[in-house]
Amino acid sequence: MSDPALCLTGATVGYGDVAIVRDASLTVRRGEAVAVIGSNGSGKTTLMRGVLGLAAVLGGSVEVLGAPVGRLREHGRVGYVPQRHTVSGAMPATVREVVGVGRLPRLGLFGRPVARDRAAVAEAVDAVGLADRLDDPVASLSGGQQRRVLVARALAAEPELLVMDEPTAGVDAASQAALATVLAQVSAAGTTLVVVTHETGPLAGVLRRAVVVDSGRLTYDGPLSGAGPAAGPDCHHPDEATVPPVRGYRLDQPRPAPDAARVRDGSR
Amino acid sequence: MELLDYGFMQRALLASLMVGLVAPAVGVFLVQRRLSLLGDGLGHVALTGVGVGVLTSSAPVGTALVAAVLGAVLIELVRARGRTSGDVALAVLFYGGIAGGVVLLSLAPRGQATNLDAYLFGAITTTTASDVAVFAAITVVVLAVVWLLGSRLYAVSDDEEYARAVGLPVLPLNVVLAVLVASTVVLSMRVVGLLLISALMILPSAVAQLVGRSFRSTLYLACAIGVVVSVSGTAASYYTGTPSGGTIVLLAIALFLAVTVAVALRDATARRRHGRRTDVHAAHPHEHGEGCGHRPVLHGDHVDYDHDGHLHAPHRTGTGVHYDEHSEPAVATPPAGRERP
Repeated sequence: MSDPALCLTGATVGYGDVAIVRDASLTVRRGEAVAVIGSNGSGKTTLMRGVLGLAAVLGGSVEVLGAPVGRLREHGRVGYVPQRHTVSGAMPATVREVVGVGRLPRLGLFGRPVARDRAAVAEAVDAVGLADRLDDPVASLSGGQQRRVLVARALAAEPELLVMDEPTAGVDAASQAALATVLAQVSAAGTTLVVVTHETGPLAGVLRRAVVVDSGRLTYDGPLSGAGPAAGPDCHHPDEATVPPVRGYRLDQPRPAPDAARVRDGSR
Repeated sequence: MELLDYGFMQRALLASLMVGLVAPAVGVFLVQRRLSLLGDGLGHVALTGVGVGVLTSSAPVGTALVAAVLGAVLIELVRARGRTSGDVALAVLFYGGIAGGVVLLSLAPRGQATNLDAYLFGAITTTTASDVAVFAAITVVVLAVVWLLGSRLYAVSDDEEYARAVGLPVLPLNVVLAVLVASTVVLSMRVVGLLLISALMILPSAVAQLVGRSFRSTLYLACAIGVVVSVSGTAASYYTGTPSGGTIVLLAIALFLAVTVAVALRDATARRRHGRRTDVHAAHPHEHGEGCGHRPVLHGDHVDYDHDGHLHAPHRTGTGVHYDEHSEPAVATPPAGRERP
C-alpha cells in the first residue's frame, strides 16, 4: 500500500507514434484528490488516457498503483468515469445492470456475482443518490442522473484510484452539488481521485491539488487555489458570471428570492 | 397436425426452433454494439466455405463453419488494429467471400451447382437428421457461452473503451462474440439462407428493445419472439408453398411494424389521458431531488417539491421524468408566470 497511486517519470503519451504529452513527471500519493486542468486540446485527456492504458506510453514510465500501466494483476482497482453525456445504448438496460458492469472486473473472467457483489452495486447506486431508481431503465433518467450512474458504475468496483473525465460538464447545478458530495465521501474514505476538468469551481471543495497541462507539458503542480485563472469557476464562460440573475418563476435553479420565501412561509 | 406427419417437416420445425432461439440471443449483442450487419458479412464469408465443401465433397456445414469462424476472427483482428482501412478491409473480406462462393460453386459438378439458391435463401425441408444433430450441438454451445459470458459480452458491447480501461479482456471477448455470430450464421444457413440471416438476428432484438426495460428481459423476449416467428414462419411456408426464409423474415417485419405502432399509440394515449387529469409542467429543466434546494413536502403517498410556491410532483414515465403541478390554486398564486402546458 506504500506505492504511490500514480507515478509518471518523464512520460511521453500519445497515439500511434504521435506524442501528445511530453516528458510528464508527476507523483500522486494515495488518498490525494488532484485536478488535471487545461484548455481543450492541451493534452489533459490524453494524459489521463495514458494512465488508463487507452493511449500509448511512448517514452518514460507510467506506473499505476505500483505497476506499469496495463500490468496490474488484480482488476477493478482503478475506476474510470468517461465523459459521456448519456449511458443509454441501443438496448434497454436498468441502472442495476449498468452499474453491475462496474463490478465485473472484480469477478474474473467466469465469476458470477455473489451477495457481496450485489451489495456493492446497491451501495454504489445509493452513494450517488439513485437508490430508488435501481430497477428503472437508464433511458428514463435525466442527463445529470445518467452521469451519476456512470460514477456509480466506477464506484461499484470499490476502486483505489478513481479517474474521471469532465464529470461536471453539462450537468445542472443540483447534480453538480450531489456529485461534489459523493466525491467528498469517496475521497474521505481514502480513494485517490484524479479529475480531468476545465472548470474546477463545482469541485473546489473536494480537490486539493491541481496539475495544469498546456500544449502537452505540465506547467503547474501545486495547490488548487494557485492554479491561476484556469482554476476559477466558469473560466470558460466569463460572461455568465456578470449577467444579473433573471428574476421570475421560470428560473430553473433555486434562489433565495424574497417573494418566494414569503410564499413558502405562507404555504405551511 | 398434418405437417407433423412428415419427417422432413419435423426436422424443419426442430431446426427453425433452434435458429429462432439462438439467432436473437447473439443478435442482441450485435445491436447493442451497433454492428448489426456483422451477421450479414459473415454470411457472405460462409458461402466460400460452402463452395469449398461442395467442391471437396465434404459436409458444407462443417466447411462453412470453419470459413465463417476464420472470417470472424480476421474481422476482429482488423478492427482491433483500429486503422481507417478497417472498413475497406471488411468490405474486401465480405465481397471476396460471396464472390469466392459463387465461383467455387459454379466449378462444382453439374447438378450440385444449382444448390446456390438453397444456401442463399434457405432450404429448410432438405435438412437431414445429421444436420439436426450438428445444429443441436451448435445451439447448446452458443447458448452455454452466452449464459457464461453474457454480462461480459454486454459490458464490451455497451462501452468498449470503459471495458478496456478497467481491464476486461476486450479483444478475446470480441472474438468470442464474432465466433458466436459465425456459428449462428452457419446454423441459420439452411433455415433462412445466408442473405437473410442478419434479419433473424436483428429483427427480434429490434422488437424486444421497444418494450423491454432491462437488458436481461430484452434478451429473453428477443429469444421468445425469435422462436415464435421462426417456427410459425416455417409452418406457414408449408401451407403457402413459399420459401421458409422469406416467410419468416416477412413475419418478423410485420411484428416489428405492429409493435412499433402499438407502442407509439400507447405512449400517445397515456400522455393525453395524463394531461387531462393534471397540469403537466412542460420544459422543466431543473431536476428535483434530495438536497436540490427545494423544500420537500409530503403530499399523500408521495413527496412534492416546493418550487417557489408551486408544488411539483415528479412523475416517472418510461422515457423520463416530468413534473406535475400539485399546488392548490388557492395556495400558490405568485404574481407572474403561472405555468400551463
